[in-house]
Amino acid sequence: MVILNRLMPTLCLLLVLMAAGIAHADTSPAAPTIQIEEYKYVPDTLTIPAGTKVTWVNKDQVPHTIVASDKTFRSAALDTDENYSNTFTKPGTYQYFCTLHPEMVGTIVVTDEK
Amino acid sequence: MDMHEIEDKLSDKLTMNRRTVLKCVATWAGTGVVWALVGGVPRAFAANAAGAMAAAEAGASTFNFVQISDSHVGFNKAANPEPLKTLQLAIDRINAVPAKPSFILHTGDITHLSKAEEFDTAAQVLKGLPYPIHYVPGEHDTLDEGGGKLFLERYGKGTKGNGWYSFDDHGVHFVALVNVFNLEAGHEAKLGADQLKWLADDLSAVSSSTPLVVFTHIPLWTVYEPWGWGTEDGEQAIAMLRRFGSVTVLHGHIHQVIQKVEGNITFHTARGTAYPQPEPGKAPSPGPMLVPPDQLRSYLGLTSISMVQGGHTLALTDSTLV
Repeated sequence: MVILNRLMPTLCLLLVLMAAGIAHADTSPAAPTIQIEEYKYVPDTLTIPAGTKVTWVNKDQVPHTIVASDKTFRSAALDTDENYSNTFTKPGTYQYFCTLHPEMVGTIVVTDEK
Repeated sequence: MDMHEIEDKLSDKLTMNRRTVLKCVATWAGTGVVWALVGGVPRAFAANAAGAMAAAEAGASTFNFVQISDSHVGFNKAANPEPLKTLQLAIDRINAVPAKPSFILHTGDITHLSKAEEFDTAAQVLKGLPYPIHYVPGEHDTLDEGGGKLFLERYGKGTKGNGWYSFDDHGVHFVALVNVFNLEAGHEAKLGADQLKWLADDLSAVSSSTPLVVFTHIPLWTVYEPWGWGTEDGEQAIAMLRRFGSVTVLHGHIHQVIQKVEGNITFHTARGTAYPQPEPGKAPSPGPMLVPPDQLRSYLGLTSISMVQGGHTLALTDSTLV
């Protein structure tokens, strides 16, 4: 049908964009989410511009924490499905780890604000 | 050849056999045999239904105590929705044994999230044990805002630093070590310089023939590094223990029994009373291991320790909650 043919490219584009949106674990690049699963931070390295709010969500059956090695941020103990957010305002490299399971280590790289 | 030379030669010959034997023992769980080290050589004693030594020695008066661990009060996930129930089972089991313990050792992770109400509930339930309880914290007991203040408020009286201490009972020297504070990214647990200095000082007053029992939460030796099952500076403490004739090191943290013997030192980890964890490397992570509900109790348990009074031999018996 003529109408469908015209709409097809737009429909396809919409579907691709939707699929791309669903495929990302993050909610959006502007406010990324890090999942904690199987005793790992996923992704374990994240690069963001200054001013970005990062949210961690615990998907494990045990509690975890997010504690900066330089002590600039620290979560409470997160039980399953609990979350913690921190807005990074200063550029730099921030290593953090879980104080319950210190073999779990992650890094946030904060670049200058765009 | 004098007696000592003969003993040394025999000891060398026996080492291989002893290791092989004890490798088999390490994989046993809750069977009806009690192994005791008598003069450095393992001997098997039949265990009676209550899991205590049934040999002639049992007739002589024995010094008994029990280790429980990892009660995780506050845990409520699928692996065990009711850890208070299983803790009560352990308490009932301890109270049912005819050979009464002199006291209980709790090797940490009393609570799951260090909440005040979890500490309260644990204390309430543990009142069901009419014996003194000696505690060491687990890392789950340091999650409060004060980073362990709640634990120390309740159980830190008379302890040094972050909760270490020692005491003597029935001629045995007991040392409580703490390895769940000051954890660092990418590092195993540690005892820290202050505690090691205290330990050296504390042991300097103890003769090598005094039986020694050391208890702490995280294994002092590395059971499995990828999961943080070890203590970075544990070897420094172990070195101080080597001169003693009988050393038993009791741990929790990993929710399963693993035993290792090194010379006169027996290292032993206990089951917990809350939830099982996988064996080293047998799962992607050490998270709670889900087992069929009717099997849960066979993965949980306690450890009974007894010694013939005036002797040097400590016998460890692991039993499950089934």
